[in-house]
Amino acid sequence: MTVTEVAAPSTPPTPPTSPVTARRRRGPAVGGIGPLGLGVATMWLSIIVLLPLAAVAAKSVENGPDGLWDAVTTPSAKAALTFTLGVSLLVAAINVVVGTLIAWVMVRDDFRGKDIVNALIDLPFALPTIVASIVLLGLYGPRSPIGINLVATKPAVIIALLFVTLPFVVRTVQPVLMEVDREAEEAAASLGASNLTIFRKIIAPALAPALFSGAGLAFARAIGEFGSVVLIGGGIPKDTQVASQYIAQQIEVDRPVNAAAVSVVLLAIAFAVLMLLRFVGSRTARRHED
Amino acid sequence: MHTSTTTRLTLRLLALGYLGILLAVPLGIIFWRTFEDGWTAFAESISTPAAISALHLSLIIVAIVVPLNVVFGVVVALALARGPASRWHRRGRGIVQAIVDLPFAVSPVIVGVSLLLLWGVNGWFGGLAESGFRIIFSLPGMVLATLFVTLPFVVREVEPVLHEIGDEQEQAAATLGASRWQTFTRITLPSIRWGLIYGIVLTVARALGEFGAVIIVSGGVPGDSQTLTLLVHARYVDDRNTFGAFSAATLLMTLALITLLLMTVVNRQKERLR
Repeated sequence: MTVTEVAAPSTPPTPPTSPVTARRRRGPAVGGIGPLGLGVATMWLSIIVLLPLAAVAAKSVENGPDGLWDAVTTPSAKAALTFTLGVSLLVAAINVVVGTLIAWVMVRDDFRGKDIVNALIDLPFALPTIVASIVLLGLYGPRSPIGINLVATKPAVIIALLFVTLPFVVRTVQPVLMEVDREAEEAAASLGASNLTIFRKIIAPALAPALFSGAGLAFARAIGEFGSVVLIGGGIPKDTQVASQYIAQQIEVDRPVNAAAVSVVLLAIAFAVLMLLRFVGSRTARRHED
Repeated sequence: MHTSTTTRLTLRLLALGYLGILLAVPLGIIFWRTFEDGWTAFAESISTPAAISALHLSLIIVAIVVPLNVVFGVVVALALARGPASRWHRRGRGIVQAIVDLPFAVSPVIVGVSLLLLWGVNGWFGGLAESGFRIIFSLPGMVLATLFVTLPFVVREVEPVLHEIGDEQEQAAATLGASRWQTFTRITLPSIRWGLIYGIVLTVARALGEFGAVIIVSGGVPGDSQTLTLLVHARYVDDRNTFGAFSAATLLMTLALITLLLMTVVNRQKERLR
């Protein structure tokens, strides 16, 4: 994102003594906000976002760095974290394949009702997560019409995460797929390349950055997911309990240090992923400019 | 790339099949289960005193969160787009950008826990709770949780519009003697209008649907401190009232669908004006 320069390069043809010019010299930018506004913005962000997160960070090291390490390596904390990360990686990978497939069908195929399907893809973003959990119980719960009861099993957690992360890869890949150079594809085809070769050599490389960013966003969302998993996942410790359920449970049994420690680990992973995405994103953007 | 008809149909079938078993069929089943005993059963289920009070509380939270997000969101967006241009401020802006995006990276449960550790009785600001002003397990806690998760929306929708419109008109107004407030209400506000509305729609949707952050800081007493999402959870888990949970979920789902519709309409309006 580029930040536009707001300092006015040309001075308006008013005498230097006019009150407007005086105000402009004092103020930061016309139509902008003064130091008071900056102060308000900073205070708001601090109270709403920064201070709470600082409180978590402080709590996690209350018993020193060793305490933090002990808290995240208890058997149930470790089980919850490894399960969460493993299942999120799997979900991101499935999304790469299925998301590309869905985006492909949405861009290159045409059929009746495509607009409705296209709108349906955004639904997981609009639906509250607890509703997602209820919705999945309809088909995969105790009263399933097809007789599949997945409640409190690992597949149930995977399905819930696939549900809430569905739009990420589709929506990052779709616009890129629209822009892919059709002429290069035609040229390759006329030179005798098979569809698989065309996909591997022309389409896949063009999609790679979008796929990476979609998968990264899906992964970051999956590791923190709570609402959609809570009813259908069962939250059985050392089995189907995801990290966020472990955190909530530790708060319930009044072990805030354990909850804070696992929170800090999750936060660190999410930040690392988003930083990586930003870095890769800016590099691809620069390559496109060259 | 020319795909044969068979390949094309296979791919289409696979994609639609996946969407079917993940989205469409489960959604259909919930609607069917909600209305299989007729409209009256549904209407009764969502008009119990607990349900009415849950809807009420959800709307109160929306009514508090939206104005706060609009005012402070626009101030933050202005600070980012129109702040001082010195080197020092530019660096500060990078940090502010990162902070604004933070809530997207934080799990809702962690939001709840962080508020508990800050405002709870044993937290940093625990003195407030001891002096009788309850934040955690009460309305202010739920408002703070909702503010945290919805913070990016207004900023992220308004800031790009501010960059896009530039500040020439604002400068012209100032040159002609308009005060800062006049410039804002007559020039800036009308131009950011649709971005702002889009941000509000996103905020309302998320505020109505937030669950993880709110459940940690809410007392969860039915008829008192239960939002709609908490009602769905409590009915399913505590009351073992599957039908009640399904109908409350259908109510939330309807609200979500309305939001989705609004988003499409506003987005089209926004694109048209570009």
